[in-house]
Amino acid sequence: MGISKSETIPVRSSAEVVSVRHVVRKWAVDLGFSLIEQTKIVTAASELARNMVDYGGGGNLRLEALEDGGRRGLRLTFEDKGPGIADVEQALRDGFTSGSGMGLGLGGARRLANEFSIDSKPGEGTRVTIARWKGGS
Amino acid sequence: MERIPILKMGRFLLVSIQIDMDDRTALGLQDDLTEQIVKHNAKGVLIDISSLDVVDSFIGRMLANIAAMASILDADTVVVGMQPAVAITLVELGLSLKGVRSALNIERGMELLQANVAEAEGMAGGDLEE
Repeated sequence: MGISKSETIPVRSSAEVVSVRHVVRKWAVDLGFSLIEQTKIVTAASELARNMVDYGGGGNLRLEALEDGGRRGLRLTFEDKGPGIADVEQALRDGFTSGSGMGLGLGGARRLANEFSIDSKPGEGTRVTIARWKGGS
Repeated sequence: MERIPILKMGRFLLVSIQIDMDDRTALGLQDDLTEQIVKHNAKGVLIDISSLDVVDSFIGRMLANIAAMASILDADTVVVGMQPAVAITLVELGLSLKGVRSALNIERGMELLQANVAEAEGMAGGDLEE
């Protein structure tokens, strides 16, 4: 699997969450994603970017255009140096929230992506990676 | 912070969200609408989201909050013009938008609000005659 293009952008404020939506949309369009595919990955990115600003003290988003035997995809990695998540399984459950949110961020983003992984260490930070493939359900 | 304009039309308030709102702008709209409902004694709120190509859980919660507050203030809320891709994504996200009524377009939304007001007044009129 190859990475044909990558970019890293900072996400520290609610205005930058809006920028994330625009940048991810542009990449999804450039990769030839359908409108529904675009909407799903942009919405997932919005959830994860907001989580990072609200709970992780801000962080970075890395975008990568993937190529794998003719398949094209978009991988997004959200990384912060915040307090981390003590119980990842609990955080993935719908309705779980430690703040003012609805608790749909992580679980919702997982459903909207084709691939999802999370790595969090209390006191060190959180890294969430999602990917969507063009033509993936 | 940008502000979303709220238009008064008879007993209804109209909002057309034309920009990609950040969270503060969304909260500002929620507060402004609640204030304007009271100020104008509005009976209905119509929110056009046909320009929104993303509705995430925060914007969804804002729509649900507006509907809940309007309901307490005796006003109906109708959300119109949701794009199909947005609707599909919302379902997968897990957001049910309970309490938010929706209509295909502004025209249908206005008809819905007017029918609700007419029905409420009909019931009130009936009470007086008894």
